[in-house]
Amino acid sequence: MFLALALPNLVLIAVFTYRPLISNIYYSTLDWTLGSASATVVGLDNYVTFFSSNDATKVLGTTAVFTLVTVGGSMILGLLIALALNSKVRGTTFARSAVFAPYVLSGVGVGLVWLFIFDPGYGVLAWILRGLGQQSPQWINDPQLSLVMVILVYIWKNLGYCAVVYLAGLQSLPQDVMEAASLDGANGFRRFVSMSIPLLSPTTFFLLITSMLSSLQAFDLIRIMTPLGTGTSTLIYEAYLQAFGAFNRAGYSASISVILFAILLVVTLLQLRFVERKVHYS
Amino acid sequence: MSSLSPVNPDPSAPPLVHPEAFVPRERPFSARNLLQTIVGGYIPLVVATMVVFLPLLWMILSSLKLPGEIITTDLQILPDSVNVENYNIAMTTVPFAQFFINSTIVTVVGATVKVLLAILTAYALVFVRFPFKNAIFILILVALMVPPQVSILPNYILIAGMGGKNTLWGIILPGLGTAFGTFLLRQHFLTLPASILESAEIDGAGHWRRLWQIVVPVSVPSIATVALVTVVSEWNEYIWPLIITDRPETMTLPVGLTLLQNSESNASGWGILMAGAVLVIVPILVIFAALQRYIVAGLTQGSVTG
Repeated sequence: MFLALALPNLVLIAVFTYRPLISNIYYSTLDWTLGSASATVVGLDNYVTFFSSNDATKVLGTTAVFTLVTVGGSMILGLLIALALNSKVRGTTFARSAVFAPYVLSGVGVGLVWLFIFDPGYGVLAWILRGLGQQSPQWINDPQLSLVMVILVYIWKNLGYCAVVYLAGLQSLPQDVMEAASLDGANGFRRFVSMSIPLLSPTTFFLLITSMLSSLQAFDLIRIMTPLGTGTSTLIYEAYLQAFGAFNRAGYSASISVILFAILLVVTLLQLRFVERKVHYS
Repeated sequence: MSSLSPVNPDPSAPPLVHPEAFVPRERPFSARNLLQTIVGGYIPLVVATMVVFLPLLWMILSSLKLPGEIITTDLQILPDSVNVENYNIAMTTVPFAQFFINSTIVTVVGATVKVLLAILTAYALVFVRFPFKNAIFILILVALMVPPQVSILPNYILIAGMGGKNTLWGIILPGLGTAFGTFLLRQHFLTLPASILESAEIDGAGHWRRLWQIVVPVSVPSIATVALVTVVSEWNEYIWPLIITDRPETMTLPVGLTLLQNSESNASGWGILMAGAVLVIVPILVIFAALQRYIVAGLTQGSVTG
């Protein structure tokens, strides 16, 4: 009976989630062009090629910058918005849904809308900058600015998630502790810094991990806003470009996927390790 | 108690509160309080809401503009007239109606099967006796953490080898296994009181009847949450359909939009691209507006349980 109910799902998970992990490791030892019938076993050559080329510094650097800035940005802005949402004014329910909305929208659609806003010729941003007597920077052609642009849009899309999770955290803070602090004469800012922030540490840790995992897997915005990945090629995008871009280097792409998976695994294990030791204040 | 706390020697007096803690409530309309509410409460909320809505509003307005109203150094905010020409062009340049149908089929079939599988697996995990159930559950939990992006290449090779390239089943199949829905429903089923099932068992109802006549009807909100989150992610899914389709006949909306972007690469194409973006974004925005409670709850699940 158990198998009759659960087997279809379990088989699907085994075939399409677990099998690829093993296949990737095997593919990563091959010199293999996608679509070609033959492949040569080359051992760890793909990894050696990756780490000894300029790609490694560039891709790992881009991945690090993209991940750190998007995670930090979404979390800090998310916390600030959560504080505003936590105030007792009317309309917070609506504002809460509004800031969450971009999180559920298609990255492709959102990416195009922002690409238009950033357009150096006819975008809203260029128009505002002209009003200030400035030239619009070349967001699309300059690799560094491309990365800035994608990061900004990614934060726009994801900060609502952080805000809503932080809001839930704020609302579950023990009221008696907060009131005791205000009785002791702690003002709002003081209460926030020495009470709320430490008490929110489990929420912060949860967000840090989930946001890192999703930033490391960010694909849609990068693909639609910077198809060539100039300046924006993170590990996941590099793996995509190598296999499905111009080169069809399947083995090489698989080795990058394995590296990405190893990083994701470390982040996940960190989560499992620390969740156990979650600090309880009350 | 700190020395700052007022001393209240009379035990019959109202509960001890710091007088300042209630000042705003005693004078709710004081100028200071009003200013505080506006600066501390409203301004950040209004700014945050605007930052979200203005780009989306701009998308809709631009989708109704003629090229001349977009290609101008002076920003024109409102279109001169409501003009659906961009939508017509988007539909004829690429088969947008077909993309829409494909996306709908992929979303409806994919989400239905996933929700069904999640219900069945979660029921089995919670209510059916079986050895190694915990080990199986851990394997499902771990699958939840395996990013679909790293599975793209092996799944492409498998599905393409099975002849699934440029087919709707090829788009749907690899995503059907569901760890997320199973996990969420399992957590909910565990909270159901055992007594309601025991009485049904005494009445001779088998697992199948217990599932559909007792467990499912009392779990509608949780199932709705799983269903809605699944619908949203199926509709927005990009990397897999992008790789497994290269012919317009089987493309989904996000992939079709990429195709449109390639053919409308000059500035006059912005209005057309915005029309395309509207067709991708607005259906989900409508569903979200109507049922946001479930969607937000489903997507932020885990934050409370850690």
